[in-house]
Amino acid sequence: MAKPILEVRGLRLSIKGDEGVAKILDHIDFVLERGRILGIVGESGCGKSTIIRAIIGILPTGAQVEAGTIHFDGDDLLSLGEAVLNTRIRGSRIGFIPQDPYLAFNPVFKVGTQLMEIMRWHATDDGLGKSGREQRHRERILGLLRRVQLPDPEGALDRYPHQFSGGQRQRLVIAAALATSPTLVIADEPTTALDVTTQQQILDLLRDLAEEFGLSMLFVTHDLGVVAQLCDDLCVIYAGQTVECGGTASILAQPHHPYTKALLACHPDRAVLFSGIAGNVPSPVNPGSGCRFAPRCTVARELCFVRPPHFSSDGAGRRVDCVLYDQPTAVT
Amino acid sequence: MLILRKFLRDIPAVIGLIIVVFAVIVAIIGPWIAPHPGDIVASHLLQRLKPPSAQFPFGTDNLGRDIFSRVILGTRGALEVALAVVALAAAIGVPLGLVAGYTVGWLSEAIMRVTDVFLSLPQLVLALALSQLLTPSLETAMLALALTYWPFFTRLVYAEARRLRASLFVDALQGIGASSARIVFAHILPNAISPVIVRATIGLGFTILVAAVLGFLGVGATPPQPDWGLTISESRNYLPDAWWYATFPGLAILVAVLGFNLLGDGLRDLVDPRLRRSR
Repeated sequence: MAKPILEVRGLRLSIKGDEGVAKILDHIDFVLERGRILGIVGESGCGKSTIIRAIIGILPTGAQVEAGTIHFDGDDLLSLGEAVLNTRIRGSRIGFIPQDPYLAFNPVFKVGTQLMEIMRWHATDDGLGKSGREQRHRERILGLLRRVQLPDPEGALDRYPHQFSGGQRQRLVIAAALATSPTLVIADEPTTALDVTTQQQILDLLRDLAEEFGLSMLFVTHDLGVVAQLCDDLCVIYAGQTVECGGTASILAQPHHPYTKALLACHPDRAVLFSGIAGNVPSPVNPGSGCRFAPRCTVARELCFVRPPHFSSDGAGRRVDCVLYDQPTAVT
Repeated sequence: MLILRKFLRDIPAVIGLIIVVFAVIVAIIGPWIAPHPGDIVASHLLQRLKPPSAQFPFGTDNLGRDIFSRVILGTRGALEVALAVVALAAAIGVPLGLVAGYTVGWLSEAIMRVTDVFLSLPQLVLALALSQLLTPSLETAMLALALTYWPFFTRLVYAEARRLRASLFVDALQGIGASSARIVFAHILPNAISPVIVRATIGLGFTILVAAVLGFLGVGATPPQPDWGLTISESRNYLPDAWWYATFPGLAILVAVLGFNLLGDGLRDLVDPRLRRSR
């Protein structure tokens, strides 16, 4: 198999807050294979968005990566400086689709101005004159806007962000992320702010675009339904820990980890009786050394509260971070 | 244009605009419309302290100069001082506010604490002390005023930048590789500019007033400049008999300051509907 495009290994991250140091991420581990769509799923506050921010290096103040590596297409992202990230990684090779399309554009500039700006500052010197380059940028943007099925692309360039609907703005954001032909697109809950029918159109569009441009995509969401539709692979996160990773179909059909099982049982399509999971997500301040799901887990053992979960792989791309699936010798 | 129609419905603001436009026109063409443009320096002792008449609508001063002409000729100086002071104050205050608002840490703290120190001192006292410290002249007065006015811009821009810093489009810009300088000056500044314009407009009126006070106290403009504040100061010895001597320059100050304040208030109402006056 070719080298994966994105490889996150043992990522540990904490944020200094008023109540002490919060261990937001604790051993996050996943791999995005080239040309695939990986869904990161977890409850609100489990660290999904922080993972994205760590990858593109826009962490909030006070956040500190304590351990782990992030490799993207041959580069160790955590070792690169701000200037290199800006010129070589963000925007140029990694496209970013932020959470809420209503707020993703600067409200005081026309959409065309903002899209042209992105093109301009990532432009390579290609020998064309200034006007030739502008013309080429404009054509590329128009092509993209047509591709994301925005009505009246020419007119759109001269309008302000507030003059578009939510779905149209999401299309614009996608076009902006694709403007510089990235190889990886990272999307942070791009459909959460949209209604269900628009959400469906956007998901179809993303799927088509990924295929057409040969993109790899990291898709963060709390919605298992969205993952089931869009993602090839799935990685479940709970309270900053990787819980279970593998092919989407395989996990949805046969979850291994107790948390994944409980989560799937909560999904209204599957649950006969809407059960929920007893207990709450633990505070990331002083979480203890064991599995963070242990307090809510119905099959937890004493070992779970003290020892970090080892991961075990079944050899077919599935991995589970749970003591239950340790080698028999380890569970005594 | 919806915003223009809204503005035109605001009568006080329109009056303010008319006054400001009128003042600017007078400032520009002053030397050509003043009946006695030579009266900046000339003196005609035979016609000193004449009351208002057809020949001298505002009367004459102790050196026999036409006060009407001097008020007209003083307009340019007053506006120049106001513009220069506000421009300099904004040039200092706005970038500091942007930097302090966008960054977190000691730099931001340091800028804002210094700003607080300047804000806590009464502006006029600080300006007086500064212009006493340096040689008293119009330039020092302007410098002193600018050095006391920049903190208002810093505070204002700081608050806006703080708010915008956390907005999602800044995240998005960072995510697609925009440098901090680009985000601050090309994206946050244009979003923060409207309150700055409002503050600057009100500041123009305020500066005219304070500059006149400095002139009155003898630390601003120097004779024989036709400065409004200076003229009032010179007239003190001839009150109350020569009432016209102080009255007309005083009215000029009043009208100019009123014009800028009304316009500034109107602009603020347009920019920030939450502060709309109850009417």
